[in-house]
Amino acid sequence: MIIHAITFYTFATVILVSGFMVIAARNPVHSVLFLILAFFNGAGLFVLLGAEFLAMILVIVYVGAVAVLFLFVVMMLDIDFTQMREGFLHYLPVGALVGLVVLVELVLVVGQASVDLSAVVHAAHPTPDLSVRSNTAALGDFLYTDFVYFFQAAGLILLVAMIGAIVLTLRHRPGVRRQVIADQVGRKREEGVEIVSVKPGQGL
Amino acid sequence: MSDVIVEWQPYLLDYLPIIIFFGIAVAMGLAFLVLAWAIAPSNPDSEKVSAYECGFNAFDDARLKFDVRFYLVAILFIIFDLEVAFLFPWAVSLGALGVFGFWSMMVFLGILTIGFVYEWKKGALEWE
Amino acid sequence: MNSSEMISASFTLVLPEVFLSVGAMALLMLGVFRGDRATRLVSWLAVFLLFVAGVAVLQGPELRTLAFGGSFVVDPFGQFVKILMLIGVALCLIMSMNFIREEKFERFEFPVLIVLASLGMSMMISANDLISLYMGVELQSLSLYVLAAFNRDSLRSSEAGMKYFVLGALSSGLLLYGCSLIYGFTGTTNFDVLRETLIPGGLSIGLIFGLVFLLAGLAFKVSAVPFHMWTPDVYEGAPTPITALFSAAPKIAAMALLVRVLIWPFTDVALSAVPEWRQIIVALAMLSMVLGAFAAIGQSNIKRLMAYSSIGHMGFVLLGLAAGTQEGVRGVLVYLTIYLVMTVGVFACILSMRRREGMVEDIEELAGLSRNHPLMAFALMVLMFSLAGIPPLAGFFAKFYVLVAAVHEGLYTLAIVGVLASVVSAYYYLRIVKIMYFDEPAEPFLSPIGGEIRLILGASSLFLLFYVVFAFPLLGVTDLVARSLF
Repeated sequence: MIIHAITFYTFATVILVSGFMVIAARNPVHSVLFLILAFFNGAGLFVLLGAEFLAMILVIVYVGAVAVLFLFVVMMLDIDFTQMREGFLHYLPVGALVGLVVLVELVLVVGQASVDLSAVVHAAHPTPDLSVRSNTAALGDFLYTDFVYFFQAAGLILLVAMIGAIVLTLRHRPGVRRQVIADQVGRKREEGVEIVSVKPGQGL
Repeated sequence: MSDVIVEWQPYLLDYLPIIIFFGIAVAMGLAFLVLAWAIAPSNPDSEKVSAYECGFNAFDDARLKFDVRFYLVAILFIIFDLEVAFLFPWAVSLGALGVFGFWSMMVFLGILTIGFVYEWKKGALEWE
Repeated sequence: MNSSEMISASFTLVLPEVFLSVGAMALLMLGVFRGDRATRLVSWLAVFLLFVAGVAVLQGPELRTLAFGGSFVVDPFGQFVKILMLIGVALCLIMSMNFIREEKFERFEFPVLIVLASLGMSMMISANDLISLYMGVELQSLSLYVLAAFNRDSLRSSEAGMKYFVLGALSSGLLLYGCSLIYGFTGTTNFDVLRETLIPGGLSIGLIFGLVFLLAGLAFKVSAVPFHMWTPDVYEGAPTPITALFSAAPKIAAMALLVRVLIWPFTDVALSAVPEWRQIIVALAMLSMVLGAFAAIGQSNIKRLMAYSSIGHMGFVLLGLAAGTQEGVRGVLVYLTIYLVMTVGVFACILSMRRREGMVEDIEELAGLSRNHPLMAFALMVLMFSLAGIPPLAGFFAKFYVLVAAVHEGLYTLAIVGVLASVVSAYYYLRIVKIMYFDEPAEPFLSPIGGEIRLILGASSLFLLFYVVFAFPLLGVTDLVARSLF
């Protein structure tokens, strides 16, 4: 039990610290690295809660793909980050105010401490005991059949994302000559070789 | 906060090797840093620490702009990564899902295949 | 009932959505194999697809029916709004065809994305679960972000897409946060279960916060003040037919979603107690009406002006919602119908403001329109009078119904603010009429405007002029439709 508490507080502390460092780090690449650290610790918390599948997805999708995309974007933009930071103090009061409002709301919600566990009776599919059915399988039992509508909608959203990315960024440079292997293989002798019978002493 | 932490679950024991592994990795990483700082000689002067670029002073920032093409590849990768993520629970519980669950996934993959054909024909997968 | 039976029963209910999604994919394949020269064909097929989806909507059941375990609902309310939305999308698509050709970004993805956006809106209108709500909103918004930035060689269009995306992502975050709070405090995302749980128990503080965040997210989508910041810039920067689409279809869909979320799970009809959300909606409505009236006065770009005008009109629609009664919902539906006609008509006019050097968007360019294009000037005058709410045009009746509904619920202050805002906004609508009829003529626009645009312009102004003829059937239908929510 004590190990459990220690792991929980370790993960939670590291998340908080690295979350703060994401906005405080001077170098944006460091920010992204701290974000990755936060993702890893979030995955740890999910494991502690028994949500193993979410933990793995966090590592695969967020660390493996989203963070890489962030790095690309940070490197792609030619921004003078010191110049961008100059506005920081200027916007600090507004940002702090918004943060404060959200904090007060959270305190009100949590402070009311009415996280009523009786509400769980409404849950259509309560989480099964992990020793009976693993987390991933428990998700799979419902995601593709009972929740087929959401599942297919997710597919369509991914399709829109694909179309959008291509519509907005894909440009073909004019005049690029590509290797067309089919043409190379399909080339016939008649197209490449011409036999000219040259009479002696005449030349071409 | 104690009610946030669920009671000790036996499955967490499976993660013990990972925790140990992380512990060793962090310890080793720190050890090399600390050793280098403690043992290696360090006499910096302004010439030593200045950027070296084939005998010239540095011309400009080392940060170069990436082609937006990398971004397109990365985002297409994410989309298919997410698609694959949906395959894991399906594969694990396919036995319990029956025919409907199977075709449900096939339709999903069909939608993504349409997207794949689209990007292939558009030439988004080709590098110029 | 096992899941495959559930699906075959549900499948017939989602037939319009199935048509739209399968059709969009088929059009995508057609486009990618035929290339951009097939855009005209893809566009007309997309219009046909929207028409087929509309027919399928009308074939639906007449009573409230649930599909997919309660996450999707088909009822007269949804059917009515879906038809409105599909008409709006189809008209904008028809108006866009010549525009994208002449502005040289005719690409076949344009109609495909519009169809996918309308699929998202259709899912929003039929959402009966917080997850399907979010899925619909995302599908719709993602397509619209791309459409806003579609003219990627134009700096203003890219900027519009960027702004819309960043603020839209923020609003989606708020929406999700609200949904998760509601789920956390009730243990369900389904509207029907929520209705059973919430109405006897009343709302706890946590739920109210969840509701506030949910409303903030949706208010972004209908661009209600104070969540309207994106509207003028996006309207100005996006390609004009897309601006027309923005101000017509997604507003209608998001408003229908707002009505359903607030009326179905969060209103106790039997007890007739004042619902907890009323003060939020009252505040949104009041601010939107006032800002829409005052901020539009100084605008010189007609698209920007229409942005503020739509903010004001959304304020009036929220006024009907604030009443929270069947009468209020009827007012909302009538308002949305008339608003759709007016918006499409005005944008048909804006799309005809074309000179040899390209499109013009400045209000001053309309000077002397009455002499150069008397019919178009007359149509625009009818539209402006209707937008200002001058009787006996349709716009007057739209405002009348929502105001009456609000007064019946004792929202006197709100109604008075509404009337005053309407008077103020009349100033800038009438200013356009004055510029058209009394200012020195500017250079005339290119004369032969497309036949379809002339048709839309004529039809919309005739509808507004002779609204009295249509009033009774429309009222009858909307009355019937509004009843299905209570």
